[in-house]
Formats: sequence, structure tokens, C-alpha cells
Amino acid sequence: MATRGGPSRRVPENDSTIAYVQADGLAVMKIVKHCHEEAASNMDIAQGALLGLVVDNRLEITNCFPFPKHTDDTMDEEEYQLAMMRRLRRVNVDHFHVGWYQSADVGNFLSLPLLESQYHYQTSIEESVVVIYDSQKSSRGFLTLKAYRLTQQAIEMYKEGEFTPETLLKLKVGFENLFVEVPFVIKNSALTNIMMSELAEMVPEEQGSKFLDLGTASVLEGQLRCLMDRVDELNQEAIKFNRYQQLVSRQQQDKHRWLQKRSQENAARAAKDELPLPEEDVNKLFRPHPVPPRLNPMIIAGQINTYSQHISQFCSQSLAKLYITQALQNAKESKTTI
Amino acid sequence: MALNHLNLTVKIHPVVLFQIVDAYERRNADSHRVIGTLLGSSDKGIVEVTNCFCVPHKEYADQVEAELSYAMDVYDLNRRVNSSENIVGWWATGNEVTNHSSVIHEYYSRECNNPVHVTLDTSLQGSRMGLKAYVCVSLGVPSGKQGCMFTPIPVEISCYDPEVYGLQLCSKTMSTGAARGRNVQPMLDIAQVSEAGSKMSVLLEQVLTYVEDVLANRVPADNAVGRSLLDLVNSVPHMSNEQFSEMFNSNVKDLLMVVTLSQLLKTQLQLNEKLTLLTSV
Repeated sequence: MATRGGPSRRVPENDSTIAYVQADGLAVMKIVKHCHEEAASNMDIAQGALLGLVVDNRLEITNCFPFPKHTDDTMDEEEYQLAMMRRLRRVNVDHFHVGWYQSADVGNFLSLPLLESQYHYQTSIEESVVVIYDSQKSSRGFLTLKAYRLTQQAIEMYKEGEFTPETLLKLKVGFENLFVEVPFVIKNSALTNIMMSELAEMVPEEQGSKFLDLGTASVLEGQLRCLMDRVDELNQEAIKFNRYQQLVSRQQQDKHRWLQKRSQENAARAAKDELPLPEEDVNKLFRPHPVPPRLNPMIIAGQINTYSQHISQFCSQSLAKLYITQALQNAKESKTTI
Repeated sequence: MALNHLNLTVKIHPVVLFQIVDAYERRNADSHRVIGTLLGSSDKGIVEVTNCFCVPHKEYADQVEAELSYAMDVYDLNRRVNSSENIVGWWATGNEVTNHSSVIHEYYSRECNNPVHVTLDTSLQGSRMGLKAYVCVSLGVPSGKQGCMFTPIPVEISCYDPEVYGLQLCSKTMSTGAARGRNVQPMLDIAQVSEAGSKMSVLLEQVLTYVEDVLANRVPADNAVGRSLLDLVNSVPHMSNEQFSEMFNSNVKDLLMVVTLSQLLKTQLQLNEKLTLLTSV
């Protein structure tokens, strides 16, 4: 944990009290197990709660438990959480609820329900984070756990409740400022390390090298298809917004013309000594069109951003693998030509 | 005694062991041992343990108290999340099976059919954390007193694929020199590939030194090893130079094009953001 000399009152721009998230191996393994089992049985999203405590400027996650699926209504969700936490308290597990986790498929975790839930969590518990587990990437060999928090601007924007372009402009919120990623670290106790060294002898060595697989086409196709869908959606939103803008400008022109006509008529009547026409409320005649909310396009833009980032990362590591095989091939060539 | 109907093997997932160690670390100050329930499924002689939880209990000289209602509660809560996990046995920390264990085992045999008892030696006897599994076998003379004996059965570790990667990542927190573990971050893809590459080159070095030793007659040749080495060399696919460079180039071109497209998308998104923030309705 880096300690800067002097007071660390220098708060980063989003006023975060958390510098990084530290998770126990136990929490990591439980998240992996739960999300993997959910993904294997049905493609639902797996969710659960994170338990731990806050120490200095890091958030420690020491345990977690999964949430039941929403289809089961026999017990209320709140009750389940409370019952679970009470039970865990009996065995001395930290019972401070510090956040929640969710499984996701590459980049598409950024959605309205996620924003809402994280907003509620962060307003009630100041330091809460949402941990996203990427099931697709992890099953291919790259364990991906990321912790996110809403930025201060995002919270304010959500509080306002409306997502017009003016509010966004005022708060300077773009899709890049919605979430901030918090560094994620894993730490284990000494006894756990001993246990793992025992395990290492029992787990066969060949397992765990699946990520060296060269077959990239299928994965890339799937990801590109998702990306194309998102881009289409964003396009639709952009078309909607453009249409709205055109309507508004046409409305402005109509208003102008009407006002001019009115003043002309009034002038004509004044010239003929007639009473001027009563002033009518301009706005009642030309109702203002509702502004389309900008939240959805912002979310979609965020998703596209994550997708493209993932894809370029994926391509770079596939390139690395290809170059390794090239080295092997070259070695083979030089052997045969000797 | 016909033990062949007991061809039981226990397959444990790493999560269970992590949980046991954590429960032991968090035990009350006066307990030496912690116990809990094992959850999983049992099929055709293989008991697969996928989850577990700790049950509070107290041990006195001649009796044991365990909160069984607590155990049932937590089991029910767990069933809501994962309905395929059943009670398959129980676990305890420590090195040996004591008198109290048989009492607890009797309770668990009421809960499930032929429960399995797993011990994880957290007291590190013999400088190892031993992992053992037992089942209770009844023995005795038919007309005389019946008793039961804990018989060891083989234990294996089985993992889902992502669990293996999780384990590999977590095991990086073990460092050889430092007294306390290091912190570890989930790695970037490229870092992982480069690490695998260096691991591979280390392995190749080992193989090369072995082969050279054999050739110089420093080490006796082993036919089995030689045959597997031959398999290894032949497993590199036979491709002519032209075929390989064709495949290589086309793949590289595809990947580079996708990278360009995705970067283009990102730039366009950012531009779009700037523009929408500029315009006012």
C-alpha cells in the first residue's frame, strides 16, 4: 500500500475514498465457481453480494455469497440476504456488505439495471464497488475480474433524473466518465498459500494452457457480430436525435414566421385603427417536442467502447501467439535445411 | 470384508479447500477444530464435492455440541441458489479422527447416504497440510457388538476450467523469499501469453539438456521418454514453407484489420461525444 508522505487529502477528481480493491483468494474462487456454474447451466447473469471491510484506502473483500435467481419468489430477496449474513456472522465472517458482483459476456455489462443498482449501492454504502467477472474470457484462459465505481458526475446526473443534453453538458458526463475502474488485487493468507502449494501438486500440469489455443476465428466472429449489433443500435439512436433536432429547428422557423405574420397583421390593423389581435401564447400553439433522453446512447457508446477495447486486446494476444508459432516454424525450417 | 463395493473416490474442488482454510482462520479463540458440511453430488462411486460451509460447534471432553438447525438453515439457503448440490458428507480440520468424529458422522449419515468425511490438516503435522477422506465402514461380528471404522479412500482434485486459471493466478501470491504473500493483479492478456512463452522456453531447455545428456552418455536412455519426445517433435504440424507463410500472413492481415476497425470505432465514439456535448438544442 503506497503511503505518500504528507496528508493524503489530495482527493482525486471523483472524490473516491478507495484506491484499490483487495480480494481474498476465497472470494475470487467462489465468484469463479458461481459464475461458471450459471453460465454452464443457463445463460443467465449470475449475481451475488460481496462482504468485507474498508481498511485505510483499500476495500478488502473477504467473502461473498450468490443471490438466488429472480424466478424464485418463496422468500424475499432482502430476507435471503439478511438470513445469509446473519448465518455468516455466526462463523465470524465479516458481515459488512461492501458491494456486489455480476457475470458478464465480454463488454455488455454496462446496462441500465446495472447503473441503477450501483447507484443505489453507492448512495447507501459510500465505498461500494461492483465487480464484473467476464465469463467468456475467463473460460478461454484469461481470468478477468474488474472492479468499477460510479463517478461523482454520474451519481449527480442520476440524482437529477433526467438525461437531456443540457444536463449532460452541464455535468460534463460522457460515456467515458460513467464508471471508473478501481485496481483489483488478490492477496492470500499464509495458510492459504500452504494449501495452494499442496494443491499445485495434485492438479495436473497440462490443465490451464487452453489460452494458448490458436483458433481465433470463432471468437472473433462472435465478438464482431455483437459489436455490429451495438453499432446499429447507436446508429438508430443517432437518427432519432437528428430527427428531433430537425423537428425543433423547423418548429423554430414556424414560430418565427407566425410571430412575424402576427406583428404584420397588428401593424396593418393599427394602420386601419382596429384593435390589435389578442396576444396568444406562442408556446401553446407550438408545443415543444420532448427531448429524447441521452442515457441510452451513452450506455451503448460505453458498451461499444468496451467491446472495441476487448477486441483489440484479443487481436494483439492472438498476434503474439501467431508469432510464437512462426518462431517454431522457423526453427523447424532451419533444422531441416541444415 | 468386501470393500469392493466401496470403490468411492472423492473429487474436491479448490473452492472447498479455500473455504475450509478460511473457516479455520476465523475460528473462535477457544476452538481447536472446525467442522462443517460438504455439498456436492454423488454418482456411480464418485463423490464430487463442489461447495461447503462451516457449522459452529463446541467440543467437550465427552460430548460434542453442534448447531444442527444452523446447518439445515444454511443448506436450505444454498439450495435456493444451487438446487443440484446435496449434502454428501462433512469436513473437519486437524490430523486425526477422534471419538467425537463418530458422533458427528452418525448425525450426517442420517442426512445423506454414506457420508464422506474429509480432513484437512491445518495443524501442519509433518510439515504438510494433509488432505484425507474417509467413509465409515461397519464392522464386527454379526451377533456381537457392531462398530464402525473410518476407512481412508482416495482423494483427487478436480476443477472447472476457469477454476484452474483462478488457482494459477492465486498461486502467484506465493513468493519464495518474502515472509508475507505478495499482491497479484489479474494479468493483461499479452502478459499472460508472454509468460507462457517463457515457460515453454524453460521447458524446452530442460528437454534439450536431457537429450544432450543422453547423447553424451551421462544419463541412461529411457525408451518411454524417447518415444514421447518423438511424439512431441512430430506433433508440430508438417507444413511447407509456403503453406505456413500463407496461413500466417492471412491471419495477421485479418487481425490487423480488426484492430484498425476497432480503433476507428473508438475514435469515432470520442468524436461523437465531443460533438454532442458541443451542440445545444
